[in-house]
Amino acid sequence: MRGPQSVTRSGTPGKGALWRDARFVRIALQVLFLCLVIAAAGVLYANVTRGLNRLGLDVDFGFLQNEAGFGISEGIAYELSDTYARAVIVGIGNTIRVSLVGIVLATLIGLLVGLARLSGNWLVRKLGGFYVEVFRNTPLLLQLMFWYTAVILKLPAVRQSINLYDTIFINQRGVYLPEPYASAGFSTFQWFMFASCVAAGVVYALRLRYLKRVDRPGFPFLWALGAFLFLVTVSWVVTPESPVAFEVPRLQGFNFQGGILLSPEFAALLLGLSTYTGAFIAEVVRGGVQSVAKGQREAAAAVGLKPAQATYLIILPQALRTIVPPLTSQYLNLFKNSSLAIAVGFPDLFSIGQTILNQTGQSIPVFVMIMIAYLAMSLITSVFMNWYNHRIRLIER
Amino acid sequence: MGQPLVDKTYPYPPQPHTGMTMWLRDNLFGTWYNTLLTILASLLIVTALSRIAPWVLYGARWEVIPENVQLLLTGTYPRSEVWRLWTVVLTATLLLGLGVGVMQIRLRSTAIIVLIGALGVLVLPIAVAPKLWISGAGVLLLLSYLIGLRFRALKWWVVAALVIWPVFAFIMVRGLAPILTPVATGNWGGLMLTLILAAASILLSFPIGVVLALGRRSRLPIVSGVCTVYIEIIRGLPLIAILFMAQVMAPIFLPGITLDRVLRAMIGFTVFTSAYMAENVRGGLQSVGRGQYEAASAIGLTGPLTTLLIVLPQALRAVIPSTVGQFISLFKDTSLVAVVGLFDLMGIARSILANPKWLGLQAELFLFAALLYWVFSYTMSVASRRLERRLGVGER
Repeated sequence: MRGPQSVTRSGTPGKGALWRDARFVRIALQVLFLCLVIAAAGVLYANVTRGLNRLGLDVDFGFLQNEAGFGISEGIAYELSDTYARAVIVGIGNTIRVSLVGIVLATLIGLLVGLARLSGNWLVRKLGGFYVEVFRNTPLLLQLMFWYTAVILKLPAVRQSINLYDTIFINQRGVYLPEPYASAGFSTFQWFMFASCVAAGVVYALRLRYLKRVDRPGFPFLWALGAFLFLVTVSWVVTPESPVAFEVPRLQGFNFQGGILLSPEFAALLLGLSTYTGAFIAEVVRGGVQSVAKGQREAAAAVGLKPAQATYLIILPQALRTIVPPLTSQYLNLFKNSSLAIAVGFPDLFSIGQTILNQTGQSIPVFVMIMIAYLAMSLITSVFMNWYNHRIRLIER
Repeated sequence: MGQPLVDKTYPYPPQPHTGMTMWLRDNLFGTWYNTLLTILASLLIVTALSRIAPWVLYGARWEVIPENVQLLLTGTYPRSEVWRLWTVVLTATLLLGLGVGVMQIRLRSTAIIVLIGALGVLVLPIAVAPKLWISGAGVLLLLSYLIGLRFRALKWWVVAALVIWPVFAFIMVRGLAPILTPVATGNWGGLMLTLILAAASILLSFPIGVVLALGRRSRLPIVSGVCTVYIEIIRGLPLIAILFMAQVMAPIFLPGITLDRVLRAMIGFTVFTSAYMAENVRGGLQSVGRGQYEAASAIGLTGPLTTLLIVLPQALRAVIPSTVGQFISLFKDTSLVAVVGLFDLMGIARSILANPKWLGLQAELFLFAALLYWVFSYTMSVASRRLERRLGVGER
């Protein structure tokens, strides 16, 4: 039984101690915290200015307009005489290129291995498990170095290239792939393609309406895809000239000419990133499918769905909901891990940033640029994946 | 009506599948596509083995490993002082055994494997001293486990020892001027440096992570804003960028203070890991039900007391498995210090390759390093899975 004063403790300000007022405490704590943060930032800022003065540097992004003067082995068009800014853009382009291809490959590997781990076949299951445990439990850097120095650089020389069906050639200098290009027949073919797209859309709508009418589940998308592929194949045959031709790399003199070249650095980085992340994605896929209760499949069978229908209509939509968030973080990891390119000499954003740093000594602007670029790209990826996650979440009732 | 009611063709209920042939049929040759998968998988295994086995047995120059094993494990740590590292290992196994013992975890098969391993080491063709140390560590692990199992009252002594142990380990490794010759961090290397970096960073980042997680969940907008910004920025950056920043920027941010490279790497790892740790802890905090807060306020606890006495103990228990996971990934990530010029296991392997005598032996060295990393990571992940089951996280 306390006195009446304590009842009006926070009700009427002025009565009771000020430090007992919840609103006051909240604001005071935040002001205190803000002061601490600002003080820490101030000390760091003062230190930086002093440190930079001692080194004779000032923070200035103007150097970006200077001539870079160092070579970049691959990426979008770039000359020695281009500016540092251009070099940074080349780096961003390379990072995006390796990350995107890596994400696609890693997803494929992850899906394959994840399904293998769920297989009813004992041997396949164990193989999947072996893959996951080996790749997940060793450092990525080690794997990258292994692929680059112990595998790719030890491939045969150009003249002894590994020859796959006279179209793909693998040697020390990289992987040579045939390059598709549009031939003369392509202009007619693209109209056929457009028409097939429209036809596929019509098939999709009709099938959807039919399924709705008979009130039966089905795969309208597969029908549309089938129609599209059928029409495209027909038009491919009908066009007098094959619309897309392939330029096969040919050995001329000391090297191969034509085709697409994947440099050893790119190939090693891609191989390392996709096999490593693939192992993690495999676990994500397995966990997602296993998270769907067994009763769901039984219930699907009970209402008369065939196993394939049960998988696509019942299991997959539910599994996707558990899979997408961790999958997003795996994609982001792959993207961030692509900065290990510096270990194999692939000119990605980070390694070009390092070269610029070494040439100019402008550590703060370079790090600020690297930070902003990575943060922006991470943000875009997570926004996209969150949007997708939200979309599939609508399936939830 | 002349039909018998019992179908004579199936007089018995179907038998459960047992025996070798049944197992084969169930698991490998059930249907035609299952058979096809089995054949394809076997072909894959046979092809891979036929390519790799000859190299492993005849082609590889494995002598590079025993000749450099000291470097790979401890870097350039002075040989006369290596016994100090072994003491640290032995005390660690002692504490591990006692800890598992007092928790009353029954591990009969693991104990047998440890015993066989400890005795098996003795017949390996390696130098006598490390053989004895390893074997001794194994036996000590078993003995301390049995002691812990028998005397549960040791529990609080073990906890106290665990708290003091990092300090002891640091003094033993680093040295203390008059008694133990100091060893500069420049001489720390190999697997030892890898383990030190990982352990120190996780120990440092845990409290920071807890504070950040509490800050992010705070109802004070400025506090939670600052914590969220820190966490999200760090999680959006690659670790290698943070490590480089720690190496390059530390002298600029803290002029006058000279930090050695190992310490700078630790700072980088701590900055990085604390953000991830904060997210793990936040997950743990979210797992504490609302009823707990209400109950705490019903018995008159204030906000900070509720957090300290009710919420954190429950949240941190739920966070143990993900912390182990974080430790495993940090353990692997320490290999990145090789890129910024430190000689951890990865860095030492690279520096051995620079020696003309061992030129071109990347495969041998990297595979050995990978094996070491794998043994540690895999053991920890198996242990963490067991711990998770034992703690019953997610079952309550």
